[in-house]
Amino acid sequence: MSVIEMKNITKQFGDLVANDAVDFDLQRGEVHALLGENGAGKTTLMRILYGLYKPDSGTIQVDGRPVAIHSPKDAITNGIGMVTQHFALVPPLSVAENVVLGYGSSFIYQKSEVEQKVAEAAQRFGVDVNPTALVRHLSVGQRQRVEILKALYRNARVLILDEPTAVLIPQEVEMLFETLIRLKNEGLAIVFISHKLHEVTQITDRVTVLRDGQAIGTVLAAGVTQSQLAKMMVGRESFGVRRQNTSAAAGECFLEVKGLSANNDKGLPAVKDISFKVKCAEILGVAGVSGNGQKELAETLSGVRKPTAGQVLVNGINVAGCTPTEISAAGVGRVPEDRHEGVVGEMTVYENMALDHMDDFVHRGILDRKRMVRQAEELIAQFQIKARPRDRVRTLSGGNLQKVLLARVLSRNPRLIIVPQPTRGLDIGATDTIRRQLLGQRQRGAAVLLISEDLEEIMALADRIAVMYEGEIAGILPAAEATPEKLGLLMGGGARHTHTEEPRPPVEHAGREVN
Amino acid sequence: MAAKKFTWRLVRTDTPAWWMTPLIPLLALIGTFILTAGLILWSKANPFEAYYYLLIDPLTSRSMVLEMLVSATPLLFTGIAVTVAFTTGYFNIGAEGQLYAGAVAAAGLGMVLGGLPPVLALPIMILGGFAAGMLWALIPALLRVKWGVDEVVTTLLSNSIMAYIVSAILNGPWRNPISGWPQSPDIAASAQFFKLIQRSRLHVGFILALATLVALWFLLTRTSFGMKMRAVGMGKLAARFAGINVDRTVLTAALISGGIAGIAGVSEVAGMQYHLIGALSPGYGYTGIIVATLGSLNAWGVGFAALFFGLVNIGAQNVSGALRVPIFLSNIIQATMLMVALGMFLLKRYRIRRS
Amino acid sequence: MDPMSLLANLIAATFRVTTPILLAAIGETYSERAGVLNLGIEGTMFFGALIGFFVADRSGSLWIGLLAAILGGILAGLLMALLTVTLGVNQHVSGLSITLLLTGLSLFAFRLNYGNLPVPPKVEVFPPVTIFKDIPFLGVISEQVLLTYITFLVVIPVAWFLLYRTYFGLMIRSVGENPEAADAAGINVYVIRYAALSIGGALMAVGGAVLSLAIAGSFTDQIISGRGWVAIAIVIFGNWNPVRVMWGALIFGGTFALQLMLQAMGLKLPIPYETFLAMPYVVTIIALVIAGRNASYPAALLKPYRRE
Repeated sequence: MSVIEMKNITKQFGDLVANDAVDFDLQRGEVHALLGENGAGKTTLMRILYGLYKPDSGTIQVDGRPVAIHSPKDAITNGIGMVTQHFALVPPLSVAENVVLGYGSSFIYQKSEVEQKVAEAAQRFGVDVNPTALVRHLSVGQRQRVEILKALYRNARVLILDEPTAVLIPQEVEMLFETLIRLKNEGLAIVFISHKLHEVTQITDRVTVLRDGQAIGTVLAAGVTQSQLAKMMVGRESFGVRRQNTSAAAGECFLEVKGLSANNDKGLPAVKDISFKVKCAEILGVAGVSGNGQKELAETLSGVRKPTAGQVLVNGINVAGCTPTEISAAGVGRVPEDRHEGVVGEMTVYENMALDHMDDFVHRGILDRKRMVRQAEELIAQFQIKARPRDRVRTLSGGNLQKVLLARVLSRNPRLIIVPQPTRGLDIGATDTIRRQLLGQRQRGAAVLLISEDLEEIMALADRIAVMYEGEIAGILPAAEATPEKLGLLMGGGARHTHTEEPRPPVEHAGREVN
Repeated sequence: MAAKKFTWRLVRTDTPAWWMTPLIPLLALIGTFILTAGLILWSKANPFEAYYYLLIDPLTSRSMVLEMLVSATPLLFTGIAVTVAFTTGYFNIGAEGQLYAGAVAAAGLGMVLGGLPPVLALPIMILGGFAAGMLWALIPALLRVKWGVDEVVTTLLSNSIMAYIVSAILNGPWRNPISGWPQSPDIAASAQFFKLIQRSRLHVGFILALATLVALWFLLTRTSFGMKMRAVGMGKLAARFAGINVDRTVLTAALISGGIAGIAGVSEVAGMQYHLIGALSPGYGYTGIIVATLGSLNAWGVGFAALFFGLVNIGAQNVSGALRVPIFLSNIIQATMLMVALGMFLLKRYRIRRS
Repeated sequence: MDPMSLLANLIAATFRVTTPILLAAIGETYSERAGVLNLGIEGTMFFGALIGFFVADRSGSLWIGLLAAILGGILAGLLMALLTVTLGVNQHVSGLSITLLLTGLSLFAFRLNYGNLPVPPKVEVFPPVTIFKDIPFLGVISEQVLLTYITFLVVIPVAWFLLYRTYFGLMIRSVGENPEAADAAGINVYVIRYAALSIGGALMAVGGAVLSLAIAGSFTDQIISGRGWVAIAIVIFGNWNPVRVMWGALIFGGTFALQLMLQAMGLKLPIPYETFLAMPYVVTIIALVIAGRNASYPAALLKPYRRE
């Protein structure tokens, strides 16, 4: 009998169907991976199981009994625990204090007694943490262990881990896997959400692949290859706007990135010694699941993040480490990755459109707002933006916001355009318009660096495709050679590891055979 | 299925009803009236009569109107100073100390500028006060920009430190030799802000305040720096992406803010007291924050709010005289007005929808 | 006077002077630990001083006056919570407007009931505890009002214990550091902040009441004169820990008592007395710079919590 059985789960957010009649079951004593790209619905499904979302339809059964889970408290009562990517820990408190936070029944916190209990629990579950240590002194891997201990302390029989290795260094990953295998052997059921193929094949017993909200299939990890998984993960038709001619007459190289490295906000390396070129009149697509350094790459190229090493040659001139204004002056059009953070919400459309080149509108010390408004009117007409110049930008829809940001950049006729995640969260109409704009720029002779988590978009628009994985370029392929399988493999880190294309030898497995 | 019932709900909206914004000051006043009526009744006075003496009667008397402008002058300066800082997202709570810094400079300069004609002496006083206020604001501003130290507490504490500096000066080198009081010697006549209208207390500081208000309006709406300030205050990340140097903008705004608060101090010394005393400011720096907030951080709003506060100050004296209601009603009304207005600014974001 | 008696007098004066600001500082500690910087402290102390005095005068009992001050402080804390927690108004503006309101209200009420008397009305202050009076050296120090004993011997230990050894304190600390984590753990962030602000308000008001009922025996408009801001400095100086706050308060109080004593003795120093008084503030600012790197600063201080 399954510990957890989710049947026919559907969840919609507005027009977006995050989960579409998904079935999922979990056995005791197994590590079950949920594999898929961004937006496939993995996190949504688990948030439903943990009581953070309510499904529109479908049922959940725990140990064969139907249950209603309306909040994390209900989930915990049913023995379900979840460890998210952003830890819910309080750094200045001790490990013991964090473990019992919200779980204490008495008024007095008996320090030594609680620490004793937590130490015992840690020993029992084989989780290596010191109850008296302050969380803020712990490494990321240790903090994750505290999160796991929190769940186990509350008698979890099911543990959900959401992309647990995203924040870990390799040694910590090893330790985590050891812990998980030990827990699994004691009968715990573990759900492992991931997009990394080699991890999934290394540690899990079964894999359920989700794609665009649907469950594609559930397979035994032992009997499947990474490329098979990759195909399940990404293979589909692409619709909408796409490149017309496959052999592009690309011009000379306009952007050359050499050995670029940069750290993320936590000071850890996010971009590791990356090199690539973008030519005029071509679109280079950078594909990859989010969190593999794309954000930091875009920020470094845009001048809002300082690189730690490397060169960024724009038309031969090195602009690495230059300010955003200097980079723009070199002919680079920069679009921010998060459109909501890229505009000043309370300011008007015309002000936002002029924000990065205000001095063009200054005449004898005075800001000429009428001219700013006129520029805005022109751009609104040219890009068909549904807004008036004096509207507050935060009232605009996502698509129109993106058009404002794009218009701001394209109106200066840049020779290189950097566009990260341009259509994330947009509807079909807005997406098509943006893509048409990008193709038009390519036509015009600009070099376009398109960074996108949407593989379909990359495949539709790019002349060449680079895949980023864990901060490095896993591979660059011309569009003609880039099949979904190859890309999926690169995106999942497959081709880089020593695992061969052959399936692993079958392993003893006590569970249903599913395929 | 049962028939759908209509219920009214509060829904968060991005497009507030257009009629709310101009109506808020009026509604806030009405709300304040209702809340303070009880206190007035406790004083055994009629609330309607009291508000008449508070808000309307002073406007009928020439001398009271002039006094109102006098009372508004320092509030205009500090309100403007705080507006400049808050617009950039720099919470300058130190206007009080910066005011005193300017006052010290004015008192000091005023003592030695006796030989110069007013056309030279006055600008020197003003520039000196501006520089002093700016200098006093420098350290908290640098701490914020270079090390990310929150400016609220550092500016607050620097107020206390400046109060001690003033006390040390007044009890030491500047103690009035004749009277022995902690009060600096009078400044030279040529350094004094001349009166605008004889036999009133209205001095040229008021005109200077209005000029500064116009300068604020110009800065915020007609200069690129003003736009940079607003962008940094309302969207730091977007500003940075657009190439605006956030640190430099914040630092500059913080210094300008300190400087203007310094001029408030000059105005009080050169226009009202003619010397420095410890009790020069009954909290103008703090009230300036309230004026700036009520004025929604724009020039028109700050102007009206400062004048309104001036009116309430004088009106409270009037009510006190006429109806024996304690004069501190002014503080209560000002604080209540702010809190009610803030509550309403937030309610503005919601609309009533049928569901 | 011989040096030993001078020292004894200095220590005694220090305890006397420190009590009101220490109480207020502990109140502010609770508020800030929960994530709210309460600039209404100056006004709340004022309010407590007035209510304590007024009720004590009218009722004839100092303790009833004190109780009334506690209630008044709780109300002030609730008002701050309403503005900053429920309505999400900017914390500095809320605090300063509460200070303005409560100061005005206190002066208004005082003027209304006591007119414009030439001599301020008086109440009999709390009597000092004299049972240890005859012990040499310590006897002088021990002559403090009962409230001082309660503050140092009861309030401080209880404040520490409540914050570090109860689940309530654990909840307060988590709410002030990482409200999202606290929320995820099932803690009601809003309720905890309301509670912390009420406790804080009560302590601040008692601090003010100690000034009117135990030290001055009267109420004047200069009765607080900036002690609220001192308390804020002390909280930072004491790293948001009640015991450290106590030491910080004693340092501030001791400095004040020392310069008073030196002035009374007519000693002339090469540097002005104000230097002593200003020094603790300068040190506090330096402590802030260091604290910025060190994570003692409640991380969620000044941010209203909205569960999206």
